Amino acid sequence: MLKINNLHVKLEEEDKQILKGLTLEVPAGEVHAIMGPNGSGKSTLSYVLSGRDGYEVTDGEAELDGEDLLDMDPEVRAAAGLFLAFQYPVEIPGVGNMTFLRTAVNAQRKARGEAELTAGEFLKEVRVKAAELQISPDMLKRPVNVGFSGGEKKRNEILQMAMLSPRMCIMDETDSGLDVDAMRLVSEGVNALRSPDRSFLVITHYQRLLDHIKPDVVHIMSNGRIIKSGGPELALEVEQNGYADLLAEAD
Amino acid sequence: MSDIAVKSKAEVTPQVSGNPKAAAALDDRLAAITMPDAGFSADARADAMVRLRAMGLPAPRDEYWRYTNPSAFNAATATALPFDADGAESPLFTGRDKLTLVFVDGAFDAAASDDLSLEGVEITTLAKADAAGDHWAAGLYGQLELAGQTPVKRPFAALNTAVAHDGLLIRVTGKPSKPVHVLYRRGTADADAVWHHVIRVEDGAELTLLESGMVGARSNGMLEVDLAKGAKLHHIAAKRANDPKVGLSHIFARVGAEAQLKSFTLAVNGTLMRHEGAIDIVGDDAVAHIAAAVLGDGNVGPFHHDDTVFITHGAERGESRQVFKKVLKNGATGVFQGKILVKQGAQKTDGYQISQALLLDDNSQFLAKPELEIYADDVKCSHGSTTGAIDEEALFYLRSRGVPYDRAIVFLVLSFLADALSEVEDDDLRDDINDRLEAWLTTPPQN
Ligand SMILES: Nc1ncnc2c1ncn2[C@@H]1O[C@H](COP(=O)(O)OP(=O)(O)O)[C@@H](O)[C@H]1O
Ligand SMILES: [Mg+2]
Repeated sequence: MLKINNLHVKLEEEDKQILKGLTLEVPAGEVHAIMGPNGSGKSTLSYVLSGRDGYEVTDGEAELDGEDLLDMDPEVRAAAGLFLAFQYPVEIPGVGNMTFLRTAVNAQRKARGEAELTAGEFLKEVRVKAAELQISPDMLKRPVNVGFSGGEKKRNEILQMAMLSPRMCIMDETDSGLDVDAMRLVSEGVNALRSPDRSFLVITHYQRLLDHIKPDVVHIMSNGRIIKSGGPELALEVEQNGYADLLAEAD
Repeated sequence: MSDIAVKSKAEVTPQVSGNPKAAAALDDRLAAITMPDAGFSADARADAMVRLRAMGLPAPRDEYWRYTNPSAFNAATATALPFDADGAESPLFTGRDKLTLVFVDGAFDAAASDDLSLEGVEITTLAKADAAGDHWAAGLYGQLELAGQTPVKRPFAALNTAVAHDGLLIRVTGKPSKPVHVLYRRGTADADAVWHHVIRVEDGAELTLLESGMVGARSNGMLEVDLAKGAKLHHIAAKRANDPKVGLSHIFARVGAEAQLKSFTLAVNGTLMRHEGAIDIVGDDAVAHIAAAVLGDGNVGPFHHDDTVFITHGAERGESRQVFKKVLKNGATGVFQGKILVKQGAQKTDGYQISQALLLDDNSQFLAKPELEIYADDVKCSHGSTTGAIDEEALFYLRSRGVPYDRAIVFLVLSFLADALSEVEDDDLRDDINDRLEAWLTTPPQN
């Protein structure tokens, strides 16, 4: 599904290399986790994959289902099935959460040549999914992420993911700032979406989230590269011993 | 009804700042105007004419004309503008019950209007009242305009009082079941439309006043508003899009105790527009909100939009808000000159002013002159002015969800304007305006 090969990325404005030859493959239906110290380039990877400006790819490639991702506009990547749950979801005053979400859903459907959802169809679906994530009707009506708590913002990201049904979901520290209950809700939301033709790339600092969302593969990232990959036991190792041993091993 | 003394003509010596060229320009300007047959308003008009001659026409060196060149307003006649009488644009405020009163080139068109009858409201026209004798508006016509001449002179407001042929005289005594909607139309290509409305809202009465449509090739509109104790006026003016006019509009208001004035203007494209406000809070616990949402695209035609608004607090515990938002592109210019003036003794005033521009490219500009002038010690006043571009982070967030670039920009423009739009209290009206804005933003301009 997602294939990243030898990806090198620097900041457009500065001479700063952030990704330094990152290689990673997530097959269909699998959940992969990326763990790594702060500043390793995890968020940068998620932004570059989803098409944010400000980065320059100096080498390597990234493909979604065999298609070159890096040349597409962000909205084209989204319609192609890529979704990023932001580490810091953005507040957009004056734009209703529902209006935004319905526009996004229908824009993607249109781009894929599918019939758009009517207001009624959309409403019915969003109500069910919001209820599952314990998102109140009031939150749906409010402007996008405005006045939402940290946990509410993250749940809203998962609601968007559920409504947009992407095939490749990238989640950037979705667990940060979540209490135990919210973590459970979010994990249940994600697990409900797991399917043989949908993949996840879960960026996290903590093993905790991986107790709920069981990964097939865990990658350790440091200084712009994957330095080690393994099974779920790798996450436990990090939890117990920190990154020091792994980093030393990689050097 | 009003206790403002009319300045007698003899007190003012006619003179035009010693500049013969300027005096000649004013003479030319006045010579091109057919003077109305004044009745009840004769004294006020004569007084305004004397004041106008004393002030002269504005010049670019005048403090509040530095950002807006007055020459198109000073010119003796309007430059003709072809127009499409039917207009491609659907009328606003269609979905609601309202009393519609039509003005063509500044003159009331009875045949095209609804009957002037609405429970709780007395309506007549200026032309009709002037033809008859005495009128309740005698104590108001030109008087609020006169009050608004301090501290800054506003020659075109005086000109309006002196020469306006027509307008509405509206006295509100109750809470009418529907809004009054003034619909402006153009009748001739070179009309120099001048109108002057006077609205008096009596104790505890309320009115919603809507304005829409397109006005003359050049226009000068005046709205004098007098709010008695606990009175409310909700005013929403939606200028027609892409109407390439040269237009001046005025709102000069006196807000009594516990009264509320809320005035919102929507303007989209156009050549040269200046909106002048002079709002006097004269009673305790009064509220005055003035807001505008402006979209200017220099490609539709040269765009210059100026809001020059003064709010004066002369009583205690007054609350005022000025919220001005301008979205500019393709060489468009936005101007904001706003002042909160708090007089001595106007304690516990809560004054807020924000003016912001969203520049969609590098060749548009926003010129702002935000001012606070405070002579009371126990007040809460703030003002701010910003000029910015589209928020890249928000743009990326929207696009990452599959929202196409153009549509994402529309969302972010609406987001930018939201604070101004939220000054429209009525949900349905706000939705109307939001929908109209969205339509304007998503369909390319007609001309
Ligand atoms: N726009 C930017 N400007 C400057 N430095 C940046 C920018 N984006 C990322 N960085 C730097 O790149 C490195 C990787 O950052 P990031 O991808 O956020 O790491 P992580 O998510 O793993 O904590 C850090 O050193 C960070 O400071
Ligand atoms: Mg990060």
